[in-house]
Order: sequence, then C-alpha cells, then structure tokens
Amino acid sequence: MFRYRDSEVAKKIVEKLKGIDLKIRIMHVCGTHQDTIVRFGLDSLFKQSGIEVRQGPGCPVCVTTTREYEEAITMAKKGNVLATFGDAVRVPGRASSLLDLRAEGCDVRIVYSIEDAVNLAKKTGKNVIFLAVGFETTAPSTAVTLLRDPPENFTVLNCHRYVPPVLHALLEMGDLAIQGLLEPGHVSTIIGLRPYQMLSEKYHIPQVIAGFEPLDVLMGIYMLAQQIKKGEAKVENEYRRSVKPEGNVKALAVLEKVFEPVDLAWRGFPVVKASGMKLKNKFQNYDARKRFEDQLKELENMDFPEPKGCRCNEILRGLVNPQDCQLFARACTPSHPLGPCMVSIEGACQIEYKYGGGPR
Amino acid sequence: MCLAVPAKVKEIKGDIAKVDFGDGVTRDVNISLVDVAEGEYVIVHAGFAIQVLDKEEAEKTLKLWEELLSTAETSPSGKY
Repeated sequence: MFRYRDSEVAKKIVEKLKGIDLKIRIMHVCGTHQDTIVRFGLDSLFKQSGIEVRQGPGCPVCVTTTREYEEAITMAKKGNVLATFGDAVRVPGRASSLLDLRAEGCDVRIVYSIEDAVNLAKKTGKNVIFLAVGFETTAPSTAVTLLRDPPENFTVLNCHRYVPPVLHALLEMGDLAIQGLLEPGHVSTIIGLRPYQMLSEKYHIPQVIAGFEPLDVLMGIYMLAQQIKKGEAKVENEYRRSVKPEGNVKALAVLEKVFEPVDLAWRGFPVVKASGMKLKNKFQNYDARKRFEDQLKELENMDFPEPKGCRCNEILRGLVNPQDCQLFARACTPSHPLGPCMVSIEGACQIEYKYGGGPR
Repeated sequence: MCLAVPAKVKEIKGDIAKVDFGDGVTRDVNISLVDVAEGEYVIVHAGFAIQVLDKEEAEKTLKLWEELLSTAETSPSGKY
C-alpha cells in the first residue's frame, strides 16, 4: 500500500488538477474518504485547485435515526443485553446514549463483529439484541449469521440501509448543486458498478468509485474533473484492486436471501424510497422489533426532535460544513457529542475536530 | 463503519481464517463471503473478509497512473 502514498505522484496529480482549472463541487458518501481527505490535508489542495469536496450521507451511524437508537435504548432498559459496534453506543438518544445506560446497570456490550454477539447469546443464555447498523458493506455479515440458525435468544434490531437509493434522493431533492460523485469503495466492493449506471443516465452525473489511500482519492477526484471538463457522465472505477464490475456475488446472494427493500427514513432526509433492508418473512423470528413488540409500544406516537442547534441534518445532505454549526467544538465535542456526526469516527464533525481544528 | 483493512491470510480452517493485519496482530475472521487461499490478501470489515485484493489490478493501477502522469492531458478512462 506504501506506493499509494507516494508524495511525488500526489504532487503531479495536484499540478494536473490545477491545470484543469474548474470551479466545481464534488460529493462523496463515505466517512473513510472524509478521513483520508482531512487527515492528509487533501481538502486544502482541492480548494487551491478550485474544487470543493463535501461529505454527504456516508456515515451509517450518523444516518441511523434517533427513533432507531431509542428503540435500542428502550430494549436495553427492559433488561435485554444490547450488543453493537463501538460508535453506535455513544449516539445520544432523547436523554441518554446506550453507553450512558451502563451506569444505570443496563447490559450494553461493544462487539467487533455480529459473531461476537451470537457467541454472547450462546454463552449467557440471555436475550441478546444486536443493533445492526450499516450499509451494504456490513449487511452481508448479518445475512450470513441469520442464515446459519443462530440461537433463539439472539435477535437483530435491523437498521441496515442501501446506499444507491439515498443518492437518487439526494440528486432528486437537488438542494445542493454538485457536479460529480466520488463513490464509496467498500460499499461498491459489494454492489459493483451497475447500481450507479442508472444515476449517471438519469441525472447526467459523473461518478468515480475510489479507494481510501490518499492517491486513490486524489486520482478519483482527478478522474471526475476530467469527466466534468469533457461533459461526460460515466461510471469509472479507480479501486479495481477491490471492486469488480459485478461486485461480490456471494455477498449479494446472501443479501438477496435475507433482505428486501423497504421505504425508510434517514437522519437528515425524509423517507427514502426502497432504501431500507427489511428482514424477509422467513427471518421474522430473529426480528427484535417483532419479538419485543410490547416493549416498543411506548415509542409509537413519539416525535424525536434533533438536539437544539445541531446541524447534523444539513451536514448529512452536504449543505453545510461542521464549522458552520454554532455548537461545533464548543458545546459539541467528541467527549461530549450532541449529534451523531461528532460521535462516529466516520462523522464529518469528529473528523474535522480531530484533524482540522476548532470553531470558526 | 465501512472502514475496512487489508490483511494477509495465514491459515484457513473452514469458514474461519487467521489473518495478519501487518502489525504482527493476527485475528480470526470469517471468510464465508469470499473464495480465498492462504497467502492472499483480503479486505476485512467488522470481522468478515469482504473481498480478495487483486494484486494484478493493484499493479496495473499504479502503472497506469505513472503512464497517465508522464503524458500531457490524457484521460485515464480510455485506458481503464
């Protein structure tokens, strides 16, 4: 991987970008791209070349709604063991996060993988609920697990989402003018190139799938700039060492067996058509929402407003930058996050705080 | 969440492989989503290998960049 960080090659790409001389805005939908861009200072290089790069709804923990976190919090409070990934436990609900509940004696576990949660269910015999957050990259692991008959005391609070439908929604809403999309390398590793073709055709938008080394991102942006300059709207693949045109066929097959599309709300978006992964009927026994329906009744007619002043909704649509938020690095910090974008290692606010700097 | 890291497959037992993340740390990961052999590199996400890294394509990409950057305004898209 070392050669993907070669500074001489980077310099050459930047020179070429400057030579293209465009004033453009590009969106990416991946927290790991944002991390590379801010960590290696690529954002200022892009700015010098007249290119603005914004992060869209590319952080799964961030786009999961407060209602979904409240479901997890409610079930943890009722005596179930709640297991999930590290970032998700810290997202604030109405009054507290899952992590806060530990102090109240609730059993909240951070796991590395869904398999750890299954093993916990086997070992303890308790009701273990896995809060399953994530896009197409993560959902196959949930699907494989459910296909292998996990124990009856294991259920999933399923919050998996498909990425292409939210890209459609974003372009359809059109409240931010963007000239190109840098597509996420690991989601694309699973889904391949085809889902992006329709976007290019319908909205005439150039797209490049890119990897996560600094040179991958620089090259991806360069390829987008070239397309924009030529007036093209193609789907190109910079991350060929991982992304095959057909995607990961095995992973797609297990997704198809276990999930079906359903309309679903995303944080920052209204309901996005066919963007949620619903468990097929065959797997209803493992659906925590069905199994513990009674425990969730209290949430039925509730509204979940965003924290006052928090601009995560707009950040997730790429409308504003973290530093446009009054709370950023003042009331809202990684040790005291108010919105999910400051919680997640893939959140625009946390990344900006970590590598960028303080409030404006 | 979509953070995924390359690792070298050291030993395979059924659906589980011991992989090395390059820092001497080895971990068990589930390889049921890929067809992989010992010695190959996989991309690991949340305890599952999601793809086998294609060494040939990686080399090709680097070569194409070199070519592209040594010539004047040429789009890589035609060659890719």
